[in-house]
Amino acid sequence: MITQALFRALDKRAIWIILILLVVAVAVPASNLLLPTGHPLRLPNYVVPLFGKYLTFAMLALALDLVWGYCGILSLGHGAFFAIGGYAMGMYLMRQIGTRGVYANPTLPDFMVFLNWKELPWYWQGMDNFWIAMVAVVVVPGLLAFVFGFLAFRSRVTGVYLSIITQAMTYALLLAFFRNDMGFGGNNGLTDFKDILGQSISAPGTRAALFAASAVALAFAVFACSMTVNSKLGKVMVAVRDAESRTRFIGYRVEYVKLFAFVVSAVIAGIAGALYVPQVGIINPSEFDPANSIEVVIWTAVGGRGTIIGPIIGGILVNVGKSYFTGAFPEYWLFALGALFVVTTLFLPKGIVGLIGQYRAATTKREQHDRGDPTPRQVEAGVDPQPNPAE
Amino acid sequence: MTDKSGTMLYLDGVSVSFDGFKAINNLSIIVHPAEMLAIIGPNGAGKTTMMDIITGKTRPDDGQVLFDGRTDLTKLDEAAIANLGIGRKFQKPTVFESHTVWDNIEMALKKPRGVFATLFYTADAADIARITEILETVRLLPRKDDYAANLSHGQKQWLEIGMLLAQDPKLLLVDEPVAGMTDSETVETAKLLKDIAKTRSVVVVEHDMSFVRELGSRVTCLAEGSVLAEGSLDQVSANPVVIERYLGR
Repeated sequence: MITQALFRALDKRAIWIILILLVVAVAVPASNLLLPTGHPLRLPNYVVPLFGKYLTFAMLALALDLVWGYCGILSLGHGAFFAIGGYAMGMYLMRQIGTRGVYANPTLPDFMVFLNWKELPWYWQGMDNFWIAMVAVVVVPGLLAFVFGFLAFRSRVTGVYLSIITQAMTYALLLAFFRNDMGFGGNNGLTDFKDILGQSISAPGTRAALFAASAVALAFAVFACSMTVNSKLGKVMVAVRDAESRTRFIGYRVEYVKLFAFVVSAVIAGIAGALYVPQVGIINPSEFDPANSIEVVIWTAVGGRGTIIGPIIGGILVNVGKSYFTGAFPEYWLFALGALFVVTTLFLPKGIVGLIGQYRAATTKREQHDRGDPTPRQVEAGVDPQPNPAE
Repeated sequence: MTDKSGTMLYLDGVSVSFDGFKAINNLSIIVHPAEMLAIIGPNGAGKTTMMDIITGKTRPDDGQVLFDGRTDLTKLDEAAIANLGIGRKFQKPTVFESHTVWDNIEMALKKPRGVFATLFYTADAADIARITEILETVRLLPRKDDYAANLSHGQKQWLEIGMLLAQDPKLLLVDEPVAGMTDSETVETAKLLKDIAKTRSVVVVEHDMSFVRELGSRVTCLAEGSVLAEGSLDQVSANPVVIERYLGR
């Protein structure tokens, strides 16, 4: 039973995406580490963590797509799960600094010494152990999503109201993490990292390994999402998206279906955040900014929601564009992002992936027309049909 | 009222009001096992509200709603009631448009509804045979791989009846099943429902009098939230109050 579910995950498209990601996981580090400097195919050192960052963003967009594109839950607070995963990783990295900090305190991070704290708060205990930190990366975002989702879905908060409370959730966390006495470095967050698993965090080898880990983690997320959406549960998720109350009347507990999707999504977002932090070298409360979470929605929409590949393409492309724009025309980036969202909403409701689908449908239609076949019935799975609530 | 045991559906003295408006007023209805009941009545008579109460969407202010002579439906939610064996077809056909005809039936098929059971579900030979059989019954087998969105209105109605059958309910609530159907489709639907009523209880809400005649079942006329008249269609339609309030002259 379970093996069949695993096989089902590997449909043709998912296999291609996973293979490409695994090739990238090997090729990019190899090009950076093995080729001599100056070789035309060698990726410069700064590019590796930059691409690694794009992959973690793609993973975050994929996580959002699982709840938004497939289950109809427009979360405007997904950045919160990403940031919490990031903070868990940041805590581990802070504990690795040890006596190399400004105050050279062997256990307390600098900001705690500065605040005159005498001992480590309970929630920092054990975070110097990598594996305990990794458990926190998975469990804390998952637990928050579980509690939040349980309350929200059980009370049947849906649509725009749910979006608003997810936004409120991330904003509340933003304000909380700004406070110095929360014990997460306040405004400055956690930074000045030195080592990860005993390796220097800025060494090219470590960066390459982090890149590879990001690509593999994304491949794994693709596998998990593909397994979910190809199962009957995935069909029920789409049914919830399109006709929630109808789904209830055939006997599915809609709140649990949503809760499952929300928790899986939050865990994926948390892992993405944990991979993001060592590659950019800092985590601070601005990651909880509601604007960040909204940006994730734009990536997903641009790429094409309701597909596995769409959010990955969107997450990478929009962020490559952002890197370029903020370098070349820094003052115009937000205009470009806004314009992108407007254009997508108006002309590309199904995103870039939908555009390819439309093109394909048009060519087959033309071919069939040439052959004199009747017009094929079209309506693609996974894209928004007319909302059709029961009653 | 009469004895509760041996009834499939038992409503006694049910009332519900929305903002002071009594949508259902002291309504009492009994449906026996393997019996069909047709409910007629003017718009706003409370037909749909009655179905909402039975399926757990609306909680009555007052009265008793029992399923199978013992289960109190007013304490349960929609999913629990559906899993007890009450299937509902809506007035407006609501099928899952971005799924294929086959998947629509597969989702409705009576199977464990838990999250993990659903995640790891794989259709076995018996399930496939059952889905094929249902699709044959509702004549949608040739269109099993089409998206439900591409079906005609009448076909969507049939698909929804197929989904009801897949749930294997003991009691079917069918709200205006022939709206938008051609005459021949209407006749077919009546035949299908009569067939279903041989083994299950069926409650049909309908405006189409020729269809109700086709069903040939017991008829209850509702108006303003309570029962106006009961009996065979001829008895009910001869009732002077019914003529005045609903049928007109």
